[in-house]
Amino acid sequence: MAIHPPERRVWWNEPIEKDEIIWIVIAFLWGLVMFGAMVYWHIEGRQNLSTQAYRIDPALFEKRTAEFTKQFKVREEGTTGIPVARPMAGGDVYMLARLWEWWPVLELEKGRSYRLHLSSLDWQHGFSLQPVNINIQVHPGIEHVITMTPTETGTFSVVCNEFCGIGHHTMVGRIHVVEPGSTAGSKPQ
Amino acid sequence: MAMATAETGVIGGVAARFRTCPASGLKIDLAAQRLIKANAVAAVVFLAIGGIFGLMVALTRWQAVHLLPADMFYLVLTAHGLDVLLLWILFFEMAVLYFASAVLLNCRLAAPRIAWLGFALMLGGGLLTNITVLQGQSSVMFTSYPPLQAHPNFYLGLILFAVGALLGCLVFLGTLVIAKEEKTYEGSVPLVTFGALTACIIAIFTIASGAIILVPTWLWSIGYISEINTVMYKLVWWAMGHSSQQVNVAAHVSIWYAIIAILLGAKPLSEKVSRTAFFLYILFLQLASAHHLLVEPGVSAEWRVFNTSYFMYMAVLGSMIHGMTVPGAIEAAQRRNGYTRGAFEWLRKAPWGNPAFSGMFLSLVMFGFLGGISGVVLGTEQINIMLHNTLYVPGHFHATVVAGTTLAFMAVTYLLLPLIFQRQVIWPRLAKWQPYLFGIGVAGISLFMMGAGTLGVARRHWDVAFSDAALSFAYPAAAFLMLALNGLSAILAATGGALFVVLVVASVLWGKPVDETNIIESLGPMPQRQVGDAVASYGNAGTWKLPGTYILVSVFFTAFVLYYFVNWKYLSQLWPMG
Ligand code: HEM
Ligand SMILES: [Cu+2]
Repeated sequence: MAIHPPERRVWWNEPIEKDEIIWIVIAFLWGLVMFGAMVYWHIEGRQNLSTQAYRIDPALFEKRTAEFTKQFKVREEGTTGIPVARPMAGGDVYMLARLWEWWPVLELEKGRSYRLHLSSLDWQHGFSLQPVNINIQVHPGIEHVITMTPTETGTFSVVCNEFCGIGHHTMVGRIHVVEPGSTAGSKPQ
Repeated sequence: MAMATAETGVIGGVAARFRTCPASGLKIDLAAQRLIKANAVAAVVFLAIGGIFGLMVALTRWQAVHLLPADMFYLVLTAHGLDVLLLWILFFEMAVLYFASAVLLNCRLAAPRIAWLGFALMLGGGLLTNITVLQGQSSVMFTSYPPLQAHPNFYLGLILFAVGALLGCLVFLGTLVIAKEEKTYEGSVPLVTFGALTACIIAIFTIASGAIILVPTWLWSIGYISEINTVMYKLVWWAMGHSSQQVNVAAHVSIWYAIIAILLGAKPLSEKVSRTAFFLYILFLQLASAHHLLVEPGVSAEWRVFNTSYFMYMAVLGSMIHGMTVPGAIEAAQRRNGYTRGAFEWLRKAPWGNPAFSGMFLSLVMFGFLGGISGVVLGTEQINIMLHNTLYVPGHFHATVVAGTTLAFMAVTYLLLPLIFQRQVIWPRLAKWQPYLFGIGVAGISLFMMGAGTLGVARRHWDVAFSDAALSFAYPAAAFLMLALNGLSAILAATGGALFVVLVVASVLWGKPVDETNIIESLGPMPQRQVGDAVASYGNAGTWKLPGTYILVSVFFTAFVLYYFVNWKYLSQLWPMG
């Protein structure tokens, strides 16, 4: 019994039943399949996390995001006063995380790829794009560059899903996705 | 006295310190027995406290109830994680280690004084961290990711607690050495002790990682270190945080084997296979922290794939092996006991009215089906993008560490009460229902949190309606429903948990004393043994076919494969990114 020493002292010579071996082989092969699936997805799949990341001084990231926002600002989001930036399709896009906001609001075109730069100015935050459900960890001092292609139009929200203090649940950002070429109520300044 | 024994190697010389177990004939060191009791009681106390916190958290996330204000929610959530994941589990594991060494090996415990010192450090550290959290200023979650900073005593308490646990591990190892030298057993250590040994070895690795990360973090909190690298912190923190989950798995799998051995006379189908499966845990878990870094910036893809697959899947292989050999051992034993009809008579006629058995079997099934499958899916590099930091994560680990580990620990407690506390379970009728009540509740919280997570709901989040946010947003209505069902399940689970605590406390205080006349009945209902233990020398699949077990593992495997690929399908619909 499992609570007594093995009855045969030389237990390592006991034969292993065939059915046990079959199960072990199946489980092992399944592990290989699951390993292969991840590698395969890196080659053929279209949803992989970018590994492009750089060390950056939070103040510098803040400056770059501010410049980006100034350059591409098309309006303010409702009555909130938060600027909406509509960058050139296929270009670089900045969004910063800080206690407790994602800034600025972005307006992107459907079907175009953007290089999204993410970083935090203070604590760790969690970029959680809803309802698409893309979740990426955001660290202070690291600039993460992700190439992303929206495939549907609409209004999407960026929730924070890494606990960041008492205002964590108020931290919401926004991304609008519009048809290419449409002005969607926005006029460039 | 103890020293003298070590030198002479004679147990009889200190006979006064032992009693003989009327059920097994084993000699039980009274010092070990006291330590097992103390650790088990401390564990149950923290389970009670942490469980109440858990219920409060779940009732807050149920939006219609929304029990706590935001600051209290984050505080209570921090305390919940600490009290149940660290204190309840580790105190209980100390009891398991002492049981699996001193009691099962028929040996005296090495250095009981050190073991008591360890206990005191764990208790002191645990209380210090708890008090610090309850004072506010340390609502950083039990993971305490920098730059979020807690009060220094938060880290100090954890360090003291870890040192105490380390002492317990050393006492366990010392006891193995003494048992070998004094030849208190023959041949190899029992499988259960072997499993506990794997748990202990991983625990030492875990505690070392904990020291490497918590000591600098503590120094940082008092101003001696200016900065903590946030990614490195996670890497090392999870070397502690995840590997310690492997400690839990090794411990609860050992307990599965122990319970079925005691109640059914089950033997491992093959010592070699089961021991190798335990050994895989040691070999392949060292970098499990990788799958907590799947969506962090600046971690290479090769590193992620390698560590989540090569390492993790070999550990998964270990669990999948136990997932067959444990029910297989039950089936073989039950068929030996005469339940041979059809594929499942052995299971139908199992002692379902014995809370030790029902708890163990529910733990096995839920750990495999809910915890295991969801864990592998969640830990798949790209799929993690859809699930990271959503409620899916707590959904997954409530299936592993609550339905799996906690329920197994509860189940074995029903045997420890008569065997170690020498008390009968006080209200057997109630005890019979306890594992089902708790099990169903926990299955509910696991499934509904996973459901909410699939819909995107963030974990550790006070307000799914975002009423105070500048930009409006709300999760879909289905998510609110999931959280309500989660709240209802939490009430069930908390009731089952409270029942457990009350049963244990009442039995220890007022249960009928157990002696040689009533020890067997005190273990609860169990099947008549038809064949003496001596006849079959190992699990003996050669004599008995195990059709029921094959069906069970086939169902499991099918569910696993289907669910795995469904998630890839979902992933393929996400916005392309790279
Ligand atoms: C009555 C039983 C329990 C209930 C109702 C319960 C419920 C919950 C809920 C609702 C959460 C919060 C999820 C979130 O908002 O992020 C949570 C978190 C957690 N629970 Fe439980 N739980 C119970 C028992 C346990 C047990 C026994 C353990 C460990 C053995 C455990 C470990 C944890 C951990 C580690 C967390 C994560 C805390 C964090 O995110 O920092 N729970 N629980
Ligand atoms: Cu945040």
